[in-house]
This record gives sequence, structure tokens and C-alpha cells, in this order.
Amino acid sequence: MPVDAGYVGRVYPPTPAYEVARTALAAFAEATGATSPVYSDQSAARSLGHPDVLAPPTFAVVVAQRAEQQFIADPAAGIDFSRVVHADERFTHHRPIHAGDRLVTTLHVEQIAERAGITMVTTRCEIADEAGNPVSTVRSTLAVRGEDR
Amino acid sequence: MNVGDEVARREVVVDRARLVRYAGASGDFNPIHWNERVAREVGLPGVIAHGMWTMGAAVDVVVDWLGDPGAVLDYQVRFSRPVPVPDPGDARVQVVAVVGALDEAAGTARIDLQVAVDGQRVLGKAQVLVRLPR
Repeated sequence: MPVDAGYVGRVYPPTPAYEVARTALAAFAEATGATSPVYSDQSAARSLGHPDVLAPPTFAVVVAQRAEQQFIADPAAGIDFSRVVHADERFTHHRPIHAGDRLVTTLHVEQIAERAGITMVTTRCEIADEAGNPVSTVRSTLAVRGEDR
Repeated sequence: MNVGDEVARREVVVDRARLVRYAGASGDFNPIHWNERVAREVGLPGVIAHGMWTMGAAVDVVVDWLGDPGAVLDYQVRFSRPVPVPDPGDARVQVVAVVGALDEAAGTARIDLQVAVDGQRVLGKAQVLVRLPR
């Protein structure tokens, strides 16, 4: 089944808040080989003017991928995950994410474009705090191979 | 600092245990990143690293150079080639960070990352926009 291009422009309701835990930030930093104390030591983060330990620059993917599931895992969207590879990813940080943040994500389906039997599916997650102040914008493109490839 | 200057370089080693750790920390449990059988069934040469692991590991050289992850304003990559992670063994990812552009009025720089395994680029258009220390 091809990807349903009728999803372009769809905006999903804001997700329930994701609460950023210190332990989650430290585990993510460790897994990517990051050693800065700013990810695990509150006093190191405060000495740089941050309220609490910071998230690594790509941690927002954890928040975004939860929101993206609303679309990616919707059987009606027609995305066969065994035929998917990640094509590109972009983070635009309006301010750093830190422990204690409660983040609400609004998922937008930006583009579904087919070329040469591969469908490129681009989503945009607008991550904000509970008051609606922007925190991060995450753009992600998946490449979905057609069934004859 | 001038455009073209190299600001950091590093070799990052990744093995299967690291991928399992990243799966747990990120919540991305796609079996192509830990299960050889599933990876081969979908046409891959074997287990490959999460593209997002490579993206996250590569930017750390820039964070350490800056001293503050909060100075990373924007970071984008294209995933141009998978990173196979053998077992037993490991894959070695070479990261070089070069100044791609400077905006002195805005106090920012674009740092371009060259990220390669066995001499072949695995990330394309890997660009990090950073706020420079005053």
C-alpha cells in the first residue's frame, strides 16, 4: 500500500506533557559518548547559567519520535516500517532543554513526495513548554521504498 | 577563527553494546539496530547503528569545543550511508569539525562536520549553527 499523500498538512492535537528527567538526560548523554558534566552535574549546569542539567543537542528526538508515532504508526497512513530508512533530521533550538521541563509537542505532516519509487515523508514537531513558549523545532524525513524496490 | 579552520576531531568507537544502550536511552527499539537476522531480512548487510546515534555522537566534539551544549542553536544532517556494526568487533567513526561560515554581527558560526567510516562519508550536509562565546 502506498503512503497516503492525503495526510499532508495534517496537524495533530498537542501531546500530553513529557517531563524531562535528569536520569533520562544522563543516560542519553552516556549512550552517545558525551562526557560533559553539564548533562549530569547540576552545579556545572548552573555555573553556565542554566537552571538544571541540560539535554544533549539531539535529545529532542526522544520527545519528537513519541509524537511522530501518531502518524508513522497509523495503519491508514500506509508507512511500511520494514521499508523505511531515516533520510534526514534537523533540530532548531529556541532555547536549551533542561531537566524539569514539561514539553508539549504538536506534530505537523509537512510533505509527502514520491520520486523514482521512493516516498519521502517529512514531519515537523513543534516542541513547546506548557505555557506555549517555543523550545525546539524538529524536522525529520523518512524514505519509504516502494514495493517493487 | 577563520572559515576553513579545523576546530576539533575525534574517533568514536561503537559496538553492539553501545547500540543497545542507545536503544534504551532513546526509546528507538527498531530491531535492525540489534538483531542480525531482522537486519538481513530487510536487505541490510547486518546490524547498523541508529542514524540518530551517529548524529548525536558526532556533535559531541562541537559541544566539548564550545563547553556548553546550550550554545548549539541548530543542527542538521542527511543520513547518506549506513554504519554497519559487526559482532564481534566495532565500527570506528571519524569526526572532523571545520568552520564553514562566520557571522560576526550575530555572534554565530556554522561548523561543518565531516563524519566518515573507513574513509566513506556516512553523514551529508552535517551542519551545526553555534553561538560563539563573547
